[in-house]
Amino acid sequence: MPRLVRLHVNGQVHEVFTPPHRTLLELLREDLGLTGTKHGCELGECGACTVLVDGRPILACLALAVEVEGAEILTVEGLGRPGNLHPLQEAFMEVGALQCGYCTPGFLLSAKALLDQNPAPSRQEIHEALSGNLCRCTGYLRIVQAVERAAVKAR
Amino acid sequence: MKEFTWISKPYPRVDAEAKVTGRVRYADDLVLPGMLFCKLLRSHLPHARIRRIDTTRARSLPGVLAVLTGKDLPAHKFGILPTSQDQEALCVEKVRYVGDPVAAVAAIDEWTAEQAVRLIEVEYDPLPSYMTIEDALFKEGEPIHAQGNVHKEVSLEFGDVATGFEEADYIREDIFLYHGSAHLPLEEHAAVASYEPGDLLTVWSSTQVPHYLHRTLSKVLDLPMSRIRVIATPVGGGFGGKSDIFNHEIVVAALAMITGRPVKCTLTREEVFYTLRRHPTLMWVRTGVREDGTITAMHFRAILEGGAYGSYGVATTYYVGALQPITYKIPNYRFEGMRVFTNAPPGGPKRGHGTPQPRFALECHLDKIAEDLGMDPVELRRRNLVAPHTKTVNWLRITSCGLAECLKKVVEASRFHEKHRRLPRGRGVGLAVSGYLSGAGLPIYWNDLPHSQVHLQVDRSGSVTLSCGAIDIGQGSNSVLVYTVCEILGVSPEDVRLIVADTAITPIDLGSYSSRVTFMAGNAALQAAQRMRDLIAAAVAEKLGVPAESLIFQGRQVKVGGGEDRALSWREACEVAEARYGLLSATGTYTPPRLAGPYKGSGVGPSPAYSYSACVAEVQVDEETGVVSVEKIWIAHDIGRALNPLLVLGQVEGSVYMGLGEALMEDLSVRQGVIRVPSMLEYKSPTVKEMPEVEAFLIETVDPEGPFGAKECGQGPLLPVPPAIANAIYDAVRVRIDEVPITPEKVLKALERRRKGEEGRFGPGGFPAIRFKEPIRVAPPSPSSAGRVEPRP
Ligand code: FES
Ligand code: FES
Repeated sequence: MPRLVRLHVNGQVHEVFTPPHRTLLELLREDLGLTGTKHGCELGECGACTVLVDGRPILACLALAVEVEGAEILTVEGLGRPGNLHPLQEAFMEVGALQCGYCTPGFLLSAKALLDQNPAPSRQEIHEALSGNLCRCTGYLRIVQAVERAAVKAR
Repeated sequence: MKEFTWISKPYPRVDAEAKVTGRVRYADDLVLPGMLFCKLLRSHLPHARIRRIDTTRARSLPGVLAVLTGKDLPAHKFGILPTSQDQEALCVEKVRYVGDPVAAVAAIDEWTAEQAVRLIEVEYDPLPSYMTIEDALFKEGEPIHAQGNVHKEVSLEFGDVATGFEEADYIREDIFLYHGSAHLPLEEHAAVASYEPGDLLTVWSSTQVPHYLHRTLSKVLDLPMSRIRVIATPVGGGFGGKSDIFNHEIVVAALAMITGRPVKCTLTREEVFYTLRRHPTLMWVRTGVREDGTITAMHFRAILEGGAYGSYGVATTYYVGALQPITYKIPNYRFEGMRVFTNAPPGGPKRGHGTPQPRFALECHLDKIAEDLGMDPVELRRRNLVAPHTKTVNWLRITSCGLAECLKKVVEASRFHEKHRRLPRGRGVGLAVSGYLSGAGLPIYWNDLPHSQVHLQVDRSGSVTLSCGAIDIGQGSNSVLVYTVCEILGVSPEDVRLIVADTAITPIDLGSYSSRVTFMAGNAALQAAQRMRDLIAAAVAEKLGVPAESLIFQGRQVKVGGGEDRALSWREACEVAEARYGLLSATGTYTPPRLAGPYKGSGVGPSPAYSYSACVAEVQVDEETGVVSVEKIWIAHDIGRALNPLLVLGQVEGSVYMGLGEALMEDLSVRQGVIRVPSMLEYKSPTVKEMPEVEAFLIETVDPEGPFGAKECGQGPLLPVPPAIANAIYDAVRVRIDEVPITPEKVLKALERRRKGEEGRFGPGGFPAIRFKEPIRVAPPSPSSAGRVEPRP
């Protein structure tokens, strides 16, 4: 039976009628039109669907929308917008940390969760935080550099 | 030299801001009113005749709008190459691999479509299946295609190999195996179709080849090309995996035509695993050298496991033999290649298209020859390197070639000579070099159209509308187009509106494959921009009464040179020119020079320019576990000119990453037709933790044919990585792993063999005893023609 859920996404409240088995990924992309969150597997294997729930990175393809009711959800659309980018977004652009860009929203949010917790992470800690996100294009080196650069910028 | 404003500068890619803010719309992000969802029913058998398909139950499920089988479609086969028209959108008579589609459903949502697919009943008569190269060649039974299981055979001899071997002081033979791997783009393939009254079909697809999709849709749907519009959406990773035509692209179009509603199909990750893979390739190579290491002859044999359909396989087969001579002078060369059908997902082009496999074989083989001769592997290569502005024995025209500099750079930077054979046991360094095309010299079907065109429209607002058929697959083609035009017109990226890869409104580009886009679309953009500049310059010159040649386009101004400080703003200049000529329009085109040699099969291999790479890998091998960790990679790439160093380095690093994955872990093994691990968790690919430090060097040779002198960088740098790693493993623990991926089990087996006093090697034991057909004998180009660079036609 569909039920009404109230979700706080990027600082706005949305009320959606949804069947209980609907994933957060489906709800974000299909009901709210927030297509910035990507999917590469829908099985919890690629990290492309990473969003933040109360500041913690989760895989939106594995979470049910009903489970995150009431929590603060952040997607790439809420991270920053043209003219007012998050330091991570700027750093990704500047060092060339993206190519096809498909993995980028997931990496940005995993990295944000890390920097919010730990503003001066070591390279090891960055590797740890990003090891659940796959990128097939960049070879990761520039993604790591971008996170380091954003950390310095934010300080 | 002229200072550039936009070229050679590390500006962010033009689509970077849209990508970091989640605003780029990939195919699956598209939603149209009334859109239906499509799912395919795929065969669970590797080889079977279809006896009956019953769709009654599926059709009666509420929410189902249409159920399609092959019989509902016009009976036209398709295939990317004109010579391999062997695929059906939905199989009619038989299925040839696990995953071959037999029916499709359009329903109001994905869930309903999935339910309906389960209600379709198919009765099959299983046929004997062919799972390996040996099966394909020797097993009795009904072949996969009527032509038999040998899809393509190639046999070519350049010069006189027998004499060449007679001249040799030393001859060595080796056998290598390169397993198949997945492209694994992060974005799953997706397509959306919409059909409007008046026979207007629009298909959006995550494709690398919108032009070929356009042609194919016209053929299989019996609809003129003029009624079809294909729009390639930004591609979330391709690597060749989206360069073919896929069943779902045709099926959504057919379903949209039947239902009158838009239809979307997004493949699941499991389905993506079954689309295409790199050809598993078995290779045998024999080389003769003189005492001083110079090569006198080479004989190379390969068998490609082709899977169930042709795909690009004819070209792939030629590619396996074509590029060995572009790095080394091989005076006498013979290539025998064969592609066989098996009941597995089709082999298709993947980054390096048919050349990483032979490059692995060749570079490991040369390393062994150097060892046998007691020669430095660097020196052995140096003695054989091709020279710039020469022709190879198989008639490939080399223009710029920075291979010697690349080699020098990585050898010095890695301190190769201080380390090679000198590091403590368990640690080693290895070397390899390679070369690759900057775009295929010939299109995949015969036509006289330019390979790429760019159209520019400029109006009184100063806005520049740039249109081109090329699609950005992450390689940065949008940025190359925009920065090229900005450089010539003196405008900024904000002034440029970009329209790409829409067959209804953009001029032709053949597609994002064979590393052709920067080179060809870049040249077309350059020409279009120069023509536009000339047009505006003529009008401004007339207005100001100055010679057009004296005008300088820079900083959004058109200035009078020669010390005068008169200038029009870019917008004013555009207005003056539009007043004079009407709306301003200019087109640039690029067609490669005719480069094919005088023999059948010479169409594969020619390119207007070749890029070169050299790589040193340093590894640590754990002899207890067999685990290889790559500590560092040094790579130098002859890029011609780096149009944008940030993007070029990204391509180089991404290639190193993919080469590393293939070298050590990526293995798309198919057992009894089934992919063992169709999931991203179990199909092992490198994560951020496995990525070693990479020191990359760009060598600029300024190619005479490339735009601003540029050459390719998206594929070539992958090639030397697997053999450099294999050679480093030998340096570390003195075992040869002649088979990629080099897994810990293989290393352990080879170590164990060595301990037992056997040959410390893991690799294929033999090469099937097949008699290739008599070769086509080709005389090498005469030395006098060798240095000539032919003018463009
Ligand atoms: S889509 Fe969620 S992890 Fe891949
Ligand atoms: S940029 Fe393409 S997958 Fe990461």
